[in-house]
Amino acid sequence: MLAEYAPLLAWLVLVMAFVGGLLALTAWIGRARPAPGKAETYECGMQPMGDARGRFSVHYYLVAVLFILFDVEALFLVLWALRARELGMSGLIEVGLFLAVLAVGWLHIWRRGGLEWDR
Amino acid sequence: MTDAPWFRPAVTILAAFGAMMSLAAGMTLVERKVSAFIQERHGPNRVGPFGLLQPLADLIKFVFKEELAPDRANPLLFLLAPALACLPAMATFAALPFGFLDGKPMVVANLDVGVLYVLAVGSLGVYGIILGGWASNNKYSLLGGLRASAQMVSYEISLVLSLVSVIAVSGSLNLSEIVLAQDQRWNVLVQPVAALVFLVTMFAETNRHPFDFAECEPELVGGFHTEYSGMRFALFFLGEYIAMVVMSGFMAVLFFGGCDVPFLAIAATPWWAGALAMVVKMGFFLLLYVWVRWTLPRFRYDQLMYLGWRVLLPLSLANLAVTGVVLALDRQGAAQ
Repeated sequence: MLAEYAPLLAWLVLVMAFVGGLLALTAWIGRARPAPGKAETYECGMQPMGDARGRFSVHYYLVAVLFILFDVEALFLVLWALRARELGMSGLIEVGLFLAVLAVGWLHIWRRGGLEWDR
Repeated sequence: MTDAPWFRPAVTILAAFGAMMSLAAGMTLVERKVSAFIQERHGPNRVGPFGLLQPLADLIKFVFKEELAPDRANPLLFLLAPALACLPAMATFAALPFGFLDGKPMVVANLDVGVLYVLAVGSLGVYGIILGGWASNNKYSLLGGLRASAQMVSYEISLVLSLVSVIAVSGSLNLSEIVLAQDQRWNVLVQPVAALVFLVTMFAETNRHPFDFAECEPELVGGFHTEYSGMRFALFFLGEYIAMVVMSGFMAVLFFGGCDVPFLAIAATPWWAGALAMVVKMGFFLLLYVWVRWTLPRFRYDQLMYLGWRVLLPLSLANLAVTGVVLALDRQGAAQ
């Protein structure tokens, strides 16, 4: 089945060439007309105040960490799902324990306020 | 020449590229036409008959536009971000099967790990958005990029979990085999909850209304693409539309039988009828995207996070648990 990856590679080359070609074409054809203030950061016409390299809400970081936890766990579930029928009851009990741990972790996050957005 | 081993893959690639670009370009027109219809306007109707050539005119206009980058932006990332947002969506299109010809699926790459490929590559699109927002060095852009990435990763979990239920029912990660497994009965009948979760998450994953916090015009101007113009903006736009096309195709393949025509065996379906069925199903969900956008109001950002983490996540976990119990009982019943 490794042969299936050859057309995929050709496809990737095609789309990359397409996107690269569009960017190159517009860089070649599009004419630059510089003007004062044109390349200034857009803040609805006001003088820009500071830049965007300041601090932002730490909550985004928490969301990213939670995502990694749950996404890895979802990937473990894919392995079970592929053979769910063959594994039968014993597989179900094992994955049930796994899901229970996942659910307890999720409840704990909720109780500790990890899912509160406005706090 | 038609017997050469490269012939079929080459034709498939060209056809798929044509289909992808015409669906995405068509969607830009459909979006404007349908929004006009909903708001009792005419919409674009000057370029060609019924404005059909509007996407072409837009492309020409974008190519001739100046490449503008803000002074304080990071030039390299500012250039790369639109391509990074657009390429993953285009790459995932290669895994969508459009039917069967001579017993083999009409797909660019019939991958054994098709579902994982679409998830893995598709989720790379978030890099383009967050890098675009950061590289612009604009507060609106940064906020839009952060919001979009937090939203996409939050809903990705429910998306994956809803797919795990489908994988459990189909017993395969190969998208063509998942289609074949639905010959008798579409997955939406077996997994209605997973289909519902997928429907909601596909709106969130593509940053579309009612979850379009990445743009959120009243607060963030244009969100992560505030500073973008010309072709670079067009690539973000194209990436969003292709992502919608791919998600609609994914929905059709996973839950609505893909190329399966109702009451007709897949093996007995001519290839063009299968491809037509697939495009009609995709078209329905693409139309739903537009319909929802011009009908529903936008969520508030905390509501979006609550919906993802407190409703969709437990719902998809519970659905998975029920699926597991039913499958195990089914197995026991078969053994007796």
